[in-house]
Amino acid sequence: MKCEDVSKILIAYLDRRTNSADRGEIEAHLSSCPACWTRAEEFRRLWVVMDAVPGIEPSFAFDAKVRQRIAAEPRSRWFGWLVPQPRIVFSMALLAALSIWMAKMPPNDLGSGGKGQDFEAIKDLGVLENYDVLTKFDALDELPTGDSIQVQNPKPEEQSTQKGGGS
Amino acid sequence: MLDVKSGDEESFAILLQKYRSPMVNFLYRMVRDAAAAEDLAQEVFLRVYRARKQYSPSAKFTTWLFRIATNLALNSIRDNRHRQMDVSIDAPVEEDEVRVELPAREMRIDDFMVERDRTALIRRAIAALPEKQRAAVLLHKYEEMDYGEIARILDCSESALKSLLFRAYETLRVQLAPLVSQPVAHPPGERRPS
Repeated sequence: MKCEDVSKILIAYLDRRTNSADRGEIEAHLSSCPACWTRAEEFRRLWVVMDAVPGIEPSFAFDAKVRQRIAAEPRSRWFGWLVPQPRIVFSMALLAALSIWMAKMPPNDLGSGGKGQDFEAIKDLGVLENYDVLTKFDALDELPTGDSIQVQNPKPEEQSTQKGGGS
Repeated sequence: MLDVKSGDEESFAILLQKYRSPMVNFLYRMVRDAAAAEDLAQEVFLRVYRARKQYSPSAKFTTWLFRIATNLALNSIRDNRHRQMDVSIDAPVEEDEVRVELPAREMRIDDFMVERDRTALIRRAIAALPEKQRAAVLLHKYEEMDYGEIARILDCSESALKSLLFRAYETLRVQLAPLVSQPVAHPPGERRPS
C-alpha cells in the first residue's frame, strides 16, 4: 500500500470503520512509513484538541421564539380542501364572463336572406350616402317628363300640380 | 417525527428539546455568529414543522434535519459574503465575535487566557475551511454521523466525502501544528535512535 492509498482510508481507519483486510494493510504501512504514522498520530491529537472546544447553549427564549414563529404560521383548516385557490377562482370567473359575453352576441349569419340584402345596401355606402338629397332634389321635378314633351301646351291645373308635388 | 406528522404537538416539543442544542452549535460553528445561528436554528425547526406532512421516513430524521440546516447555513454564508462586498471601505472593521466565557472557579487566570486563546485558534482554523469541508468536519467530528449520512446531507458520494474529510483534517493539522504536532515521529515498529 502506498501513501496515496493510505490517505484515502486513513480517516476511516482512525474511526475504526475499515474492514480487517484494510486495517491490516494500513497498519503494515504505518509501521514502515514515518510520515504517514506522524500524520495519523497528529490526526488523533487534532480530534482530541477539537473535542476541547466548548459549545454554546441556546438562549432561554429559543423554544418560545420557535413556538411564536409556529403560531404565526397560517393554520390549515379541516375544510381547507374545499376552499379553491384564488387563481382558480379568477380563471373560472373569467371563463364564465367570456361565455356570457359570447352568448349575448348576435348570431353571425351574413350569408342568409334579408340580412344579406341589407349588407348589399350598405356595401356601397360611399355612393349612396346622398340618397335622400338625390330623391328630394327639386330641380329633378322641373325636368320635362315624357308626357309634357308630347303636350306642348299643358293645362294650367296640370302645371300647378307638378309644382305642388315638388314642394 | 411520525408522531409530529400525525399532528402530535407534544412530539414536536420533544424534537425541539432534543435537537435544539446540537442544531445551534452546528450552525454557530458554521456561521460563527451566535445570534445568526439561533435565527437559523429557529428557521430549521419552522421548516421541519411546515414540511411535517410531507415527511417520509426513507432516510434518518437527523439526515433530513441537518440537510435543511446545512443548506440554510451555506445560503446564509453566501448572502453574508455578498453583503460584506457591498460594505463601504469607510465602514468599521468587524472583529471576530468574542463570546464572553468566564473561567471556572478553580482555574487560574493565566490558564484561562491560554485556554481561551487555544479555543479561539481552533475556532478560527475551522472557520477558515471552505464551507463544504467545514460542514463535513462538523458533522463528522461533533455530530458523529456516519459517512453515508454525511454524504447524503452534502449530496456527494462516500468516496468524495472521505477525500473531503482528509483534505479538511490535513489543513487543520497544518494550521494547528503548534497544538497537535509530535516532537519526533516514530512508527511503533521502527527502532528509535538512542
